[in-house]
Amino acid sequence: MIFIRRVGRRVLPCFCVLAAGLLPSLAQADSILEPVGPVGKGDALIMMDALVIMLAIVIPTMIATLGFAWWYRASNTRAVYRPDFTYSGKIELVVWSIPTLTIFFLGGVIWIGSHTLDPFTPIPSAAKPLEIEAVSFDWKWLFIYPEQNVATVNQLVVPVGRPLHFRITSASVFNVFFVPRLGSMIYAMNGMVSQLNLRADKPGKYLGFSAHFSGDGFPDMRFDPVAVPAAQFANWANGVKGAQLDRNALGQLLKQSRAVKPYAYRGVDPALFDAIAARRVAPGEGPEGGRGGAEGRNVMPHGGAP
Amino acid sequence: MLGKLSWSAIPFDQPIPLIAGAVVVLLMLGALALVLAKGWMPYLWKEWITSVDHKRLGIMYVLLGLLMLLRGFIDAIMMRAQQAVAYHAQGYLPPEHYNQVFSAHGTIMVLFAAMPLVIGLMNFVVPLQLGVRDVAFPTLNSVSFWLTATGALLVNISLVVGEFARTGWLPYPPLSELRYSPGVGVDYYLWAVQISGIGTLLTGINFVTTILKIRAPGMTYMRMPMFSWTALASCLLILAAFPVLTATLAMLTLDRYLGFHFFTNEAGGNAMMFMNLIWAWGHPEVYILVLPAFGIYSEVISTFSGKPLFGYRSMVAATLFICVVSFMTWLHHFFTMGAGGDVNAAFGISTSIIAVGTGVKIYNWLFTMYGGRIRFTTPMLWSMGFLTTFITGGLTGVLLAVPPADFILHNSMFLVAHFHHVIVAGVVFALLAGIEFWWPKAFGYRLHEGWGKATFWFSIVGFYVTFMPMYVVGILGMTRRLQHYDVAEWHWWLQISSVGVLILIVAAGCQVAQLLVSYIRREELKDITGDPWNGRTLEWVTTSPPPVYNFAVLPQVIDTEYYWELKQRAFEQARLSEEPKYEAIEMPRNSPTGFVCAFFATIIGFALIWHIWWLMIVGLIGAYATFVVFAWRDVPEYMIPADEVAQQDRARRAARQHILNTGEVAWQ
Repeated sequence: MIFIRRVGRRVLPCFCVLAAGLLPSLAQADSILEPVGPVGKGDALIMMDALVIMLAIVIPTMIATLGFAWWYRASNTRAVYRPDFTYSGKIELVVWSIPTLTIFFLGGVIWIGSHTLDPFTPIPSAAKPLEIEAVSFDWKWLFIYPEQNVATVNQLVVPVGRPLHFRITSASVFNVFFVPRLGSMIYAMNGMVSQLNLRADKPGKYLGFSAHFSGDGFPDMRFDPVAVPAAQFANWANGVKGAQLDRNALGQLLKQSRAVKPYAYRGVDPALFDAIAARRVAPGEGPEGGRGGAEGRNVMPHGGAP
Repeated sequence: MLGKLSWSAIPFDQPIPLIAGAVVVLLMLGALALVLAKGWMPYLWKEWITSVDHKRLGIMYVLLGLLMLLRGFIDAIMMRAQQAVAYHAQGYLPPEHYNQVFSAHGTIMVLFAAMPLVIGLMNFVVPLQLGVRDVAFPTLNSVSFWLTATGALLVNISLVVGEFARTGWLPYPPLSELRYSPGVGVDYYLWAVQISGIGTLLTGINFVTTILKIRAPGMTYMRMPMFSWTALASCLLILAAFPVLTATLAMLTLDRYLGFHFFTNEAGGNAMMFMNLIWAWGHPEVYILVLPAFGIYSEVISTFSGKPLFGYRSMVAATLFICVVSFMTWLHHFFTMGAGGDVNAAFGISTSIIAVGTGVKIYNWLFTMYGGRIRFTTPMLWSMGFLTTFITGGLTGVLLAVPPADFILHNSMFLVAHFHHVIVAGVVFALLAGIEFWWPKAFGYRLHEGWGKATFWFSIVGFYVTFMPMYVVGILGMTRRLQHYDVAEWHWWLQISSVGVLILIVAAGCQVAQLLVSYIRREELKDITGDPWNGRTLEWVTTSPPPVYNFAVLPQVIDTEYYWELKQRAFEQARLSEEPKYEAIEMPRNSPTGFVCAFFATIIGFALIWHIWWLMIVGLIGAYATFVVFAWRDVPEYMIPADEVAQQDRARRAARQHILNTGEVAWQ
């Protein structure tokens, strides 16, 4: 007993120090708890609300569990043994109502949050949203800026403070478009167009990647977005140099390639995105044959830039 | 002649699977040589391989589950090691190998470790708890087991012949379609899961029939022990969910083998449909595993608190509540597909509603302990570890059920941490507690307490050190299934996680040591009474291990805790009840049908994977012939004479009388 108390006295402070060390680390660079836009803030706020609501019943339950187990240990002669205490209508009423009421409350949070933060819902703003079309390939991202008539691979540049309206599809397998600090993620799926509304309120470079496993080159599907002031964005868009993004260039993109270095296109076929989304373009080519599979095409190991 | 099979199927260029495979093959050959040299083969064949006894099958299921748990754990060690070193580097596993490892880890742990362990305990315990002699269809039970073993065998063959799926444990199309996965990996997955899935479905049919139709006289529904109730709920879920899995995988198979377009990118295929269908099975599957686990905790907590389960009716209601609602939540696995506010909100709410049923159960266990006299044996420690850990695991689950929170946590390491949190603390702890709890019943000796407690403490510490850092990296944005990464903040958290795995390796070592030490010291750990824990349900009436017929005379149940009442009365009156009149007992005969069926099923599966069509036809003919031979058998049963029954039961009664006379009881 004394031993346990002594250990407890030593372990508890250590634990507190450890916990105190953990919390700030959650606010590190690419944490979802450090959002830089309204969507990310909304998501994180609802997450914390839900957490607090649940902790309100989880903490007392944990304490009661440990307390009951400790007090009613067989060696405790002061505890009253009540082998016939097997039913109590009042307790049953309480144990059904506590979780039910919590879920009622949480259900309200879920209902409101699901609607206000639906990825398809535009962000209320006086400014016209910037249109961006995103396409996932094996294994890179293509971003088309139709108004600017440019496109980039594995590079996303966005203006600060202006709503962004993404239309997202996939030219091969499923992927998920995700920038943790901007908020909500959404699937990129062949034959379908998902929409996502985001806004970056702070300039900076953020982590951006695919959040759904898509094959061997998946870990390198990075497009770390850069948020820059509006004027700088216009300059960047005007200064982008590169080849024309036409059906030929698309043919190259459809081949599998890993760890593609960012590059750009100037001049984009305006019907390209819809052609991919409507499956008027053949989907991405597969890999070289797997073990035991048919012999196939070779993968371009690094870089896919024409 | 051999379809796609050629020497290039063996990964001679990859030392890791080759060495692992060689070691496994050598171990198997060694074991076989030992069995043959010692002349154990006839015993194994007669008493185990052809046995249709639910207890033997249960033990074999548990053995299979433990072996596969070890295999899945080795995959886990490889993954943690890879992520600990793959910072700004490729690590030691190339993507094509790493992707197989995490796919195999998930598939094996859910379908070939957790499922056999759960079904194994159900097999062993349910007929004993119901006070009957066997399940409804004993030979079918053997077929189920051997088909499950076939699936496990095929998954392990893929280690050295060909490859396993590189698509994750649920092969989402279009990635799993022929265009993007031309190798045999997905085919191994499909046929292994299909064949073992048939076994699981047959188990579901068998146990639903058993529990609904075959119970001891007087064992009404509201007198059934909690574990049997949860087994019923779990098997009802199997009946409803596994056909969905079979159909879904059959559609993917048609896509891959016959050029159909259910889920392809071309010709109007719809891959989203696969995600809906697979999770319509996948989410209930979680409850197929966790409901029997809840049943185990109910038995353990009640037994070691020295009290009946608190709020029994409420617990039954909560079990059936979870059983039904678990079918209405599948969409929460893809909130981020953009189904819209109404759909997401509806499924978010239905998911959190499940927490009501679970919450009720937690509180009822709490009040079972309240006013109890708690003995902290190893099974009870596992239950305490579960209660304290599962609450927070459930909390992170409800967090993920809130769609806006899921929009930033979906597919992240936070999710990985969450489902390990609930499956390890909910299911694995329960299975280890259950094995510990019913081991004396199965083998006649208890497991060593010291090693068991060491296993528990290393496991729980290792668990927290492994999985808590995953929550952190998830919040730091890390997604799952990364073969390498270059974010500095993630790196040292992943290294802490791999330290946790080292602690878990020690825990696994302690578990193995416990089994060995207990076997060596089985004489001093012997359970003479058949009731080593001061139990409350019918399985503790009979001897340890029970005779093949379980009960000399079927118990006449007149109360909820019939055995407990009987025991109290015997203590009060210091004598046993009157000796019953013994009769001859009719028992099902052994049958090699299950083993032979599985032999041909393995051939069929392997032939389909490698497109060896003639071999597949041979296998089909063989399996059909086995069925015909079994269907035309003349003598399905044999008699055990009344004298033999009487002699064995009198020995049991003498042991019990000895306790009454001397007051020596094992549990005090």
